[in-house]
Amino acid sequence: MVYKIDPDADRVYIEEFRQKPIGAHSPGLQRLLNIMRHDPSGRQVVLVCRKPFEEWVLGQMPVDRSEPIAIEDEPIFTDIGSAEWEVFRRRWRAITGEDINMPFRD
Amino acid sequence: MLKIVGYPDRYSVAPGETIAFKLSVEEGASFDARIVRVVNGDCNPEGPGLEFRHVPTDADGRHAALVQRVDAGSYMIAEGVPPLAEKPFTFCAFIWPTLPTRPDQTLAAQWDSATQSGFRIVIAGGRTGIVVGDGKGGISTAFVDGVMIPRRWYHLVISLDPASGDVTIAQRPFIAYAKTQDAGVFSGRLDVRPAALAAPFLLAGTVEKDGSVDRHYDGKIDSPTLLAGQHGPEDHLRLLQAHMPQELATSVVARWDFSRGIDTAAATDVGPSLLHGRLEQLPTRGMKGWNWTGEEHAWPRKPEQYGAVHFHHDDVYDAAWKTSVEVRLPDDMPSGAYALHAVCGDSDETATREAYIAFFVRPPRAKAARGKRPKVLLLAPTMSYLAYANHGEHITARGAERQMGRLLTFGHADLYMYDHAELGGSLYDTHADGSGVNYSSRLRPNLNFSPRYHSWLGGPGSALYQYNADTHLFAWLDRKGVDYDVVTDEDLHEDGYELLAEYPIVLTGTHPEYHSTAMWDAMKAWVDRGGRLMYLGANGWYWRIAFNKSLPGVIEVRRAEDGTRTWEQEPGEYHHSFTGEYGGLWRRLGRAPNVMCGIGFIAQGFDMSSYYRRAPDADNPRVGFIFKDVPDEIIGNFGLVGGGAAGIELDCISLPLGSPPNILRLASSDGHSSMMMLTNEEFSIVLPNLGGDQNERVHADLTFYETPAGGAVFGTGSIAWCGSLLPNGGDNNVSRITWNVLERFLDETPF
Repeated sequence: MVYKIDPDADRVYIEEFRQKPIGAHSPGLQRLLNIMRHDPSGRQVVLVCRKPFEEWVLGQMPVDRSEPIAIEDEPIFTDIGSAEWEVFRRRWRAITGEDINMPFRD
Repeated sequence: MLKIVGYPDRYSVAPGETIAFKLSVEEGASFDARIVRVVNGDCNPEGPGLEFRHVPTDADGRHAALVQRVDAGSYMIAEGVPPLAEKPFTFCAFIWPTLPTRPDQTLAAQWDSATQSGFRIVIAGGRTGIVVGDGKGGISTAFVDGVMIPRRWYHLVISLDPASGDVTIAQRPFIAYAKTQDAGVFSGRLDVRPAALAAPFLLAGTVEKDGSVDRHYDGKIDSPTLLAGQHGPEDHLRLLQAHMPQELATSVVARWDFSRGIDTAAATDVGPSLLHGRLEQLPTRGMKGWNWTGEEHAWPRKPEQYGAVHFHHDDVYDAAWKTSVEVRLPDDMPSGAYALHAVCGDSDETATREAYIAFFVRPPRAKAARGKRPKVLLLAPTMSYLAYANHGEHITARGAERQMGRLLTFGHADLYMYDHAELGGSLYDTHADGSGVNYSSRLRPNLNFSPRYHSWLGGPGSALYQYNADTHLFAWLDRKGVDYDVVTDEDLHEDGYELLAEYPIVLTGTHPEYHSTAMWDAMKAWVDRGGRLMYLGANGWYWRIAFNKSLPGVIEVRRAEDGTRTWEQEPGEYHHSFTGEYGGLWRRLGRAPNVMCGIGFIAQGFDMSSYYRRAPDADNPRVGFIFKDVPDEIIGNFGLVGGGAAGIELDCISLPLGSPPNILRLASSDGHSSMMMLTNEEFSIVLPNLGGDQNERVHADLTFYETPAGGAVFGTGSIAWCGSLLPNGGDNNVSRITWNVLERFLDETPF
C-alpha cells in the first residue's frame, strides 16, 4: 500500500527540506518527496526560467499537451531553492490542509 | 519563446567546403549572422562565462528572413496510379491502429483538397469510413459501426462503384473479444459520385490545399492493395497465397509489399504496373506484420512476416527548409567547435531572438591537404547529441521531477519544444501514440545541440548535458593551449579506423553513448593498435545505433531487452530496419563498455554530484604521473555540474564484463544520495537497496590501464567530470589529473 502522508508524523521533515531542498535527504524526507512529486492528474509543476541564473517563475503543464503551459507572473524567484520551498509548501497544504508559515530563509 | 531557430545541413564540415544553414525567423524581414568559435557555452556566473570568438567569413552580415515550418507526419505517396474512381475499385489492407479515435485520419486517398474531389478512406472516432467528393461541392460519407481497439490487427476491405455510388466497407478484427463491438460492415449507396482524379495515391496522409500533407494515420499498415472491381476480404487473402488465382491477378492495380526494401524508403509495388511509392518522413519499418508468428525475431530471416510500416503523425526525417545562409569555409579554418550566431533583435525575458547553430570543422578530407596534424583528437559525440535531439521527457514523461529529485526547469527552448511537437522527438521520447521514437534525424532543428542551452537533467548549477557540457572541455583545452582536431561520430562511421590512425590521443566528450558497429570497430582497432584513449565521461559505448545507407543524417535505435531506457521495443522488433542488425545494448552483443574503455555504466542520478576518494592503486608507480602535484584524498568535491566531479551517470570496473585484469582503480566516488541508483541491467531480482546511500556498487571508478601495443586508457567514470575542470581558473585537482594524463599521453614513450 502506498504510504499516505501523515502530517503529525511527517512534520519533522519540513525543516530538513527547508535547509536543503536539493541533494541527499534522510529516508523519511525522501519518501515524503517521492509521494509529493507524483500528481496522478498528470499536471506537472515546472520552473520556468525567465532570465538564466536570475529569475524563475512557476508553471503548470496541463494534461493535454495541446493546451498551453500555464505560467505564473508571480512570485518571481531569484534562486531555485526558494521555488522548491514554495512548491513544497503548496503541496503540503494540498495534501494536509495545513499551511507552512515559514520563509525559505530566516 | 524562441523567435529564431535553425539547423545546418551537416554537423561536420571540412575546410574549403560549403555549409548551409536553414533558419526560421518569426519576427522581421532579416537577421544578422556570423560564424563563431565555441569556446564555452555555459553562462553560469559561477563559471568562467560564455566565450565565443568571431571568425570572419562570408556569412558575416544581414540575411533575408523566412518563416519556415516543419511538415511532420509520415506517409506513402505513389505517383502514376490511374484515376481509380473511373471504374469500380477495391482497397484492402491490414491495419493496426494506435490512436484510432483521433479524428479524420487518412488510410488511403486520391483526393484534391482544393476542389474537395476524389475519395479518402479514413478512420474517425475509431471507425473505418469513406469520404467522396465530386468537386462541385458534393461530399458524401459512409462509416461502419464498430469502433476499433488500439493495437489490434484489423482486416479492411472497402469497395466502391463510382457510377452507382454503391460502397461496401468491411472492418474485421483478427481476434474476437467477448462483449466488444469492433467489427463492422457497411453496405449502401453514396449520394455523391466521386470525381476520378489523376492525382497521386497516398497512404496515411492527405495532400492539403497548401501542399502540406496532413490528416495522418497513426498505426501500422500491411499489404495495402488496390484491385479493379469490387471484391471481398477473401480475395485479398487469396492474393497473398503462394499461387495467385489468375482471375484475381488480372484485377491487381497495385500491391505494395512493405517487406521488400525494409532498409530503404521505397514502397515496392509487386503488381504488374510497378506503381512504386516512397515513404516520406520515415515511418518505422521492420515492424511485425499481421502474419507474424513469433517463430522468428529477425526480419532479415523472415521478411514476409515484417510487412508492416508504422506511420505516425509526428514522424520527421527532413524539415526540408530553404537555405538562409550558405558559406564556404576558409581553406585554412582550424578544426574545432563552431556555430552560426544568428540574431533577429534584442532578447528579453519573454523572447529569445538569438540562436547559436552548432557544427564542427573537421580536418581536411584529403590526406595530401592535411599537412601535419596535432597529436590530440577530440571525438565529438554527435550521434549522442542526435539521440538526445529535442529531448522531451520533461514534457511527455509526467513525473520526471521525481526522478530528477528537483523541479524541472524550462527555458525558452523548452517552452518552444513544448509548443512545437512537429520538430520531432529524441530517441528517448515516444510518439503521440506511445510507441518509441526509433529514428532521429539532424535534418531539423535540434534545440539542445547548442551553446547556452540548459538541460532539465543537467546537474544543478550550470545544468549542462551533452553538447553544452562538452563545451567545458573545449574551454579547458583552450585555456591549456592544447592543439587538437575534432572529428564527429558520423565522420568516424564513414571513414573508419583510418580517421583515427594518425592521432596518438583521442579524447571523448562527457557522454559518448551511441555507437554504430563501424564506429565501435574503428575505435577498438585504434585502441588495440596503441591508441591512448581519454574517456572523459560515462555511460559510453552503451547503445548500438544504425545508419541508413541511402538516407543521410539519420540514426536508428532499438531499445531491446534491457538497459536504462524510457520505452521498450516490442518483442520481435529488436533488429534495426536500417541494417538488419540486432539492436539494443552493446553489452548484449558481447561488447560491454568495459571491453572498450575498461569501465561501464553502473548508476544514474540527477540531484547532486559527489566527489572521488583516492584509492590504493593511486600509489602504484605505474600511475605516479597521474597524481603528480595531487596529494589529495578527496578529488572533485566542486564543480559546475551538480557541485561535484562524480555525478549524472557513473561507470565502474567490472572484470566479468570485460575490464582488463591490469586495470588500476585510482579513485572511487563516494557520498551519493539515494537518488543515484543502480542501472537495471545490473540486477536480476529487484533489490531493496538501489540507491547510492545504501548500495556500495553505486560509484564511479577513476581508472587507468596500459594496452599490449604500448597504448593506454584513462577513464573518469562520470559525466560530471568535465564540469569540474574549470573552477578556480582551472587550478584544481580534477584539472591537474586530466592534464597530467594528457601530458604523459603526449609523450610518445610506450607504456
